[in-house]
Amino acid sequence: MTPDQSPERPCLLAAARGFVGSSVGAKALMALSGLGLIGFLVVHMGGNLQMHLGPEPMNAYAKALKGQPLVLWPARLGLLGMFLLHVGLAFHLNAKNAKARPIAYASDRAVASTWASRHMLLTGALVLAFLGYHLAHFTLGLTHADHFALVDAQGRHDVYAMVVHGFRSPVVAGSYVLAMFVLALHLSHGFGSLWRSLGTSSPALVDALRKAGIAVALAITLGFATVPIGVVAGTIGREVPRLDAGGPPVTELGAAPGGREAGPVRVAGGVR
Amino acid sequence: MSGTMNLKLRVWRQPSAGQPGAFRDYEAKDVSPDESFLEMFDRLNERLIEQGEEPIAFEHDCREGICGACSMVIDGIPHGPERATTTCQLFMRHFRDGQTVVVEPWRAAAFPVLKDLVCDRGSFDRILQAGGFVSVATGNAPDANSVPIGKEAADAAMDAAQCIGCGACVAACKNASAMLFVAAKVSHLALLPQGQPERARRALGMVKAMDREGFGACTNYGECEAACPKSISVSYIARLNREYLRAQVTPTV
Ligand code: HEM
Ligand code: FES
Repeated sequence: MTPDQSPERPCLLAAARGFVGSSVGAKALMALSGLGLIGFLVVHMGGNLQMHLGPEPMNAYAKALKGQPLVLWPARLGLLGMFLLHVGLAFHLNAKNAKARPIAYASDRAVASTWASRHMLLTGALVLAFLGYHLAHFTLGLTHADHFALVDAQGRHDVYAMVVHGFRSPVVAGSYVLAMFVLALHLSHGFGSLWRSLGTSSPALVDALRKAGIAVALAITLGFATVPIGVVAGTIGREVPRLDAGGPPVTELGAAPGGREAGPVRVAGGVR
Repeated sequence: MSGTMNLKLRVWRQPSAGQPGAFRDYEAKDVSPDESFLEMFDRLNERLIEQGEEPIAFEHDCREGICGACSMVIDGIPHGPERATTTCQLFMRHFRDGQTVVVEPWRAAAFPVLKDLVCDRGSFDRILQAGGFVSVATGNAPDANSVPIGKEAADAAMDAAQCIGCGACVAACKNASAMLFVAAKVSHLALLPQGQPERARRALGMVKAMDREGFGACTNYGECEAACPKSISVSYIARLNREYLRAQVTPTV
């Protein structure tokens, strides 16, 4: 019996470390975290599609979400955990893979692999960069504090107007659409790949899942992209006046009984 | 001579393991479309020896596609451009007159180059030692057919058992991963009754040995399957993943 096959089971912590440290275990965790993140994306996209329904459903949905801290915070923490695991393992595996081929081929040919599969770290890192910007934009309100501070007639955070104002800049809208395209590339390989990492070996099933992966990638990213495209095309947010247009106030401060204790509230024409 | 061609070969030359190597250009003259890639190298080497030069070291043994010794990356593809073909079974009719062909050794940290196109594939042997075996009771040979095996399991096991251990999967993989090799070895035993006693230990032990040797992880590129001279399917990698995950929850005695 070789030393690899020592009969005792190691303690749980050591076993967990051995699992994460093995290339198969690490890939299984990448697959699970990727699947979890895809699940989040589907829900998130579903929420976003309400932008097509107008301000009322969107703002009510946003308020309902914020009103459930016991759901929101565990979900956020779980999401953060999955994300950190996924990104951490991505860099870990990439370093390991680079070390496994220290001398490159002079003539390197790709016969069977897709561009997307060979550039998962690049597309992942671009998604990461986009995510930083996206959180600063819509979750933390750092990039457009004036849009973030908007409140609707019922005193709710005016998510609808915030998004509309954000995407009225073609540069911002374009960068979101571009980021969704990059995400589609990541998922076009990732979704098909994850089932194999988790042990799905039936060729027919794997092929069906690979095709489904491309469909899922397209559905998620097109779903997200309809919102910035809709704003630029004018199908979303026609009722929201331009911030600099001097039209009727977008939001009425004080109209909200017990409105949110926000800082300065931007109305058309200035900060009150 | 009619129908022969001249090729320009750009070959990796490296005097020994520790020393730096470089590409050198050679002319392969009067190459017959009916000779194999290795036969072309044989004739080139004869000429080099006549000229008092060091012949190009390359590995070969059976020359009929079953031993897995031959190992050249030809224009960026392990075993060259033909699918399901070893270098020794690659015939020159697949090349054009005047073509430049780049020939390199397998490139992987776990396959260090020993000389020219020869690399040390001992890491595969050590992976096999970590679990690529079954325990059998000694004594008389058992009766044939005393252990019934379903047709589907037998077919799947035999498809995996086709692996000749050449390492083209590693050479082709962008991560220099040995997953297809390990998957073939783990699968062919896991599918058969004889492989059951060590099933979980085998998966754990061979994956551990694979990582220790410094092979990369699997990104599911599919390059290994395309390069495999026996066309072993990547679905065996998924099976290995399943075997490994299953072994996590299987008590190993
Ligand atoms: C919304 C966010 C993301 C989702 C839904 C996602 C999803 C996935 C999925 C499903 C896989 C396939 C796993 C497998 O092959 O088993 C994957 C692989 C990968 N992801 Fe992500 N990912 C996301 C973000 C990121 C980020 C931010 C990075 C980081 C830099 C990243 C880097 C990678 C890499 C490098 C791989 C390939 C690993 C390999 O097979 O070698 N991903 N991702
Ligand atoms: S020399 Fe035996 S397979 Fe090529």
